[in-house]
Amino acid sequence: MIRWGVLLAGLLALPFAMGEYYINLTSQIFIFAIFVSSINLLLGYGGLPTLGHASYLGVAAYACALLYLKAGASHFVAALLALLGTTLMAAIFGLIALRAAGLGFLMLTLALSQVLWGTAYRWVAMTDGDNGVRGLTRPAPFGLNLDNATTFYFCALAVAVAAVWLMARFVGSPFGAVLRGTRDQPRRMAALGHHVWLVRWTVFIYAGFWGAVSGLLFVYYHKYIHPVSLSLTNSAEGLLAVIAGGSGTLGGPLLGAAIVMLLKNYVSGYVERWNMLMGIVFVVIVVFMPEGVVPGVQRLWRRFRSTI
Amino acid sequence: MGGLLFLLAAGFSLIFGLMRIANLTHGGLFMLGAYLGVSVLKVVPNLWLAALAAGIAVAFLGGLLERFILRKLAGNVLSQVLVTLGFAFIIADLCLVVWGGDPIPVPTPSFLQRPVLIAGLAFPAYRLAVVVIAILVGVSLYFLMEKTRLGAMIRAGVDDRDMARAVGIPVSRLFTTVFCLGAALAGAGGVIGGPIMSAYPGLDSDMLPLALIVVILGGVGSLVGAFVGAFITGFVYTFGVARFPDLAYVVLFLPMILVIAFRPKGLFGRFAA
Repeated sequence: MIRWGVLLAGLLALPFAMGEYYINLTSQIFIFAIFVSSINLLLGYGGLPTLGHASYLGVAAYACALLYLKAGASHFVAALLALLGTTLMAAIFGLIALRAAGLGFLMLTLALSQVLWGTAYRWVAMTDGDNGVRGLTRPAPFGLNLDNATTFYFCALAVAVAAVWLMARFVGSPFGAVLRGTRDQPRRMAALGHHVWLVRWTVFIYAGFWGAVSGLLFVYYHKYIHPVSLSLTNSAEGLLAVIAGGSGTLGGPLLGAAIVMLLKNYVSGYVERWNMLMGIVFVVIVVFMPEGVVPGVQRLWRRFRSTI
Repeated sequence: MGGLLFLLAAGFSLIFGLMRIANLTHGGLFMLGAYLGVSVLKVVPNLWLAALAAGIAVAFLGGLLERFILRKLAGNVLSQVLVTLGFAFIIADLCLVVWGGDPIPVPTPSFLQRPVLIAGLAFPAYRLAVVVIAILVGVSLYFLMEKTRLGAMIRAGVDDRDMARAVGIPVSRLFTTVFCLGAALAGAGGVIGGPIMSAYPGLDSDMLPLALIVVILGGVGSLVGAFVGAFITGFVYTFGVARFPDLAYVVLFLPMILVIAFRPKGLFGRFAA
């Protein structure tokens, strides 16, 4: 609890100590952290390896931008409909993907998200294809000027804190205990009278909802959306952050989100080879420290110490 | 298109059926094969030799991947998938570095350039040739699986890995063999698909979902399933591109939903994924 308080105090103080570049970078980390935490709900707590979570981020972002720009909806209506629509889509996708578990689930989520990605690329009349959708402005809820970097920072921080707190409540509840039960022993949970499928479907929709929330913040931050946000690369980045931080813990994915985001920003500042680096980091983490970077490095360090 | 998909999906399905590895590098191996074919064609202007060479090279790479990385993670399915995903990114980026970002067309062999008239309808000869190749490969795979000792061992491994091991079948060597075979099919498929698809960055992420859909449709580990699934997907895709170019991907996905809803094992699958 104290650690969380220190973290929050540090984040609240950050905009007064850092320049605008770091304020914006940290805002992006908040947005990504919500996305990563929602993947963690599925992978870490539900044991459901999803490779299509970018769908929810991307569809919410596209829906919000298109409703605002093409249908002339107000900011509030566009955001609300985007959230509702994306959550509904998660419910439908869940019906399909949860016909299988394990690898079948992974393949189905991947196939579904690739369909959306391909559609965003090809449906030029609607999405403008490879050019992406631009022109969305940031809303001004309660008269706050979100175009200001610091104001946007605090807004993103507030949403991220709320999201992480609600997700923590979710996994800490009796339902969360049932969820972990279905991850470890689905048969026993079924024998105990729990409806395993319904539990998984519920968490699938809940995770889709938070994916949509991160999508809204994402599109408000960039004021632009491109099919790449729907791509396998984006889903994989989120999954990498979960595993790097340590799946099935609350703090791990937040740390993972920060690591991946910082790495991506610094690396793309120097070389263009982010994809290759991400692939290598993936392989290294999975092969050498599957439990996450922090425990993994500690373990490797201990082994290194004991050999010399 | 269907024939091409079969070459891609048969290997994926074999690997998945035997080893329970969803090999997400498969699209990448297909693309790597296509690019290697382009390079070989510059030296030896023969498409079939290029396909053979690319197939062997990609099989070699697949073998290394299986022996030195996937083997270490045996038993941990999720880790294996994630490693193949990591390699998919590495291969895609390497291709971009080596061959650049522009699409490279692959020339159609000259004697297959003219259309062929069958029952008054004109078919492009090369596409017919691809279908013929797919059928030949399918038939030989079928004989390999059903009539040879190796095939019998592979089938035993697909049905019950532990039992196969208990009766003395070298399952771990089979794994490498099957992985190489699947990779070779993907690599050669990339070259054979060259004149239709050409080689371009993003080819891997275009092909991977198609392979997934074919395997989900047809059923995991089933050759007949991969064959039927590939031709259904190929027809739907071609039809979808022609009739609804914007929504081709959505159309593609409809037969998959139907099959998943009514038969989660896939049309010819023996067990659910």
